[in-house]
Amino acid sequence: MSVLKVQGLHASYRKNKVLHDVSFEVEQGSLTSIVGPNGAGKSTLLKVMLELHPKLSGDVSFFGSTLSQTKTRVGYVPQRGSVDWDFPTNALDVVMMGLYGRVGWLKWPNKSHKEKAMASLAQMGMADFADRQISQLSGGQQQRVFLARALVQDADLYFMDEPLAGVDAATERAIMTTLKNLKMSGKTVMVVHHDLQTVEDYFDHVLLLNRTVVAHGKTEDAFTKDNVYRAYGGSLRFMKEA
Amino acid sequence: MLNSLLSPNTQWVLLSTLILGMAAGMIGCLAYWKKQSLMSDALSHAALPGVVVAFALTGTKNLLFMIIGAAVSALIGAWLIGWIRSSSRIKEDTAMGMILSVFFGLGIMLLTIVNRTAGGNQSGLDNFIFGQAASMVRKDVFTMLALALLVIVIVTVAFKEWKLFLFDPDFARGLGLSSRWMNAIYMAVLVLVIVIGIQAVGVILMAAMLIIPAVSARYWTQSFRTMVILSAIFGGGSGLIGTLISTLGKGWPTGPFIVIASSVLFTVSLVFGSEKGLLIQALQLRSEKKKQVEDPSSSWTKVPAIREGE
Repeated sequence: MSVLKVQGLHASYRKNKVLHDVSFEVEQGSLTSIVGPNGAGKSTLLKVMLELHPKLSGDVSFFGSTLSQTKTRVGYVPQRGSVDWDFPTNALDVVMMGLYGRVGWLKWPNKSHKEKAMASLAQMGMADFADRQISQLSGGQQQRVFLARALVQDADLYFMDEPLAGVDAATERAIMTTLKNLKMSGKTVMVVHHDLQTVEDYFDHVLLLNRTVVAHGKTEDAFTKDNVYRAYGGSLRFMKEA
Repeated sequence: MLNSLLSPNTQWVLLSTLILGMAAGMIGCLAYWKKQSLMSDALSHAALPGVVVAFALTGTKNLLFMIIGAAVSALIGAWLIGWIRSSSRIKEDTAMGMILSVFFGLGIMLLTIVNRTAGGNQSGLDNFIFGQAASMVRKDVFTMLALALLVIVIVTVAFKEWKLFLFDPDFARGLGLSSRWMNAIYMAVLVLVIVIGIQAVGVILMAAMLIIPAVSARYWTQSFRTMVILSAIFGGGSGLIGTLISTLGKGWPTGPFIVIASSVLFTVSLVFGSEKGLLIQALQLRSEKKKQVEDPSSSWTKVPAIREGE
């Protein structure tokens, strides 16, 4: 069953066309990496699908429905650099934010919400850091807090923007274990990924992107030398044709 | 001084600048984390033409009409800043600088014209530039109190939503918290605080009531909730003290005294602040150095962030 269906998606950033006719479907329980060179539109693709950035045309459906009707089933982990970590709050508080939708607007979280958030922090190996100021966490710890915040949402489909960028080895292991657990419990995860070396080890599906979909499918089928070359090295050829 | 304190009108004025300072301090925290401290300055300057036009149209110094005029004019300013930013290559700070000076210039020009007309020079419109809390009548005080309390309630009731919106607006949208609505409400309360404040503090110095308490509070805490509470206390305190001093002399403007009072609080926070104060940082550095001398290997077990200040 496809949980995400993208058809003919076009988007631009200011004057630059970033996404051109992007179409793909994602099966339930898959762990997909979105791979492509800088400026290929990977983050933009996530933002456009989540309606954080306007699209020019195209359709995106979640679980055969619209995003607004399935919002609670979709989780998002933004890039770590997208927020100001100097904001005065602690790790537990950030994780609690993942529950705000369920707590209800204008209502206060209760003890059970707090316990859920603590459990989620513990799952990411961050239980000892619950009261720590977020500005005093390392980059990898900050990323784990973001992951914990997504886990506590208990969504069915997750989008993660470079969760493995610039993190330490322990964090990378913790995150990959979490992603595999999510997959085993039938959740679907799409991850923007930078490291070509680890694609085959970490992900069962790959979406090679360079403004448009270069290749998409099972990692062993789609992640071929030829396709990677087309996504990365071929950018020069695209420019000449245009 | 004691006599003026006993006057019931002065007591009401003091209460209103106290509540106004609290509301401004709270909204200032929102502006601080929205990285829009300068926006409040641009908006308060942009309010002046509206105040003068409202007076010219109605012919009376009715606070409610002036607030409406100020709000309309400030919102036009805000809209223009957004429009310049999104439709040209001009950056937001440049757009704010332009709108701030153009609107203020326009306001002063209109003020000069209105002051020349009959009755205009008696209006006390000049008070809107530097603020004259003592000149407020009972009805003005009640209007200000009610609106300031409304602002405080809006921030308090949706506290969790404000925190999420300020820390991670994209994630907030993912959860279904409309950033368009949050932005609209934020702009509305910001403009509301500014326009009710300019009578007491004046358009030029209103921004100080929003910015300085929030920055001072930042030096004392690592919790957003405490920061908002402290900022409200600092804002309310400086509003009270500034107004009190300005009532000592006849015709002394309120705005400058409030700003001086909050600057004193800021200086104290800068030096003695328990989280980021200069003194605490110097003491931490000294104790680290001492440890280093006594046992050179010990500092390796410390968090590196502490040593970065060296």
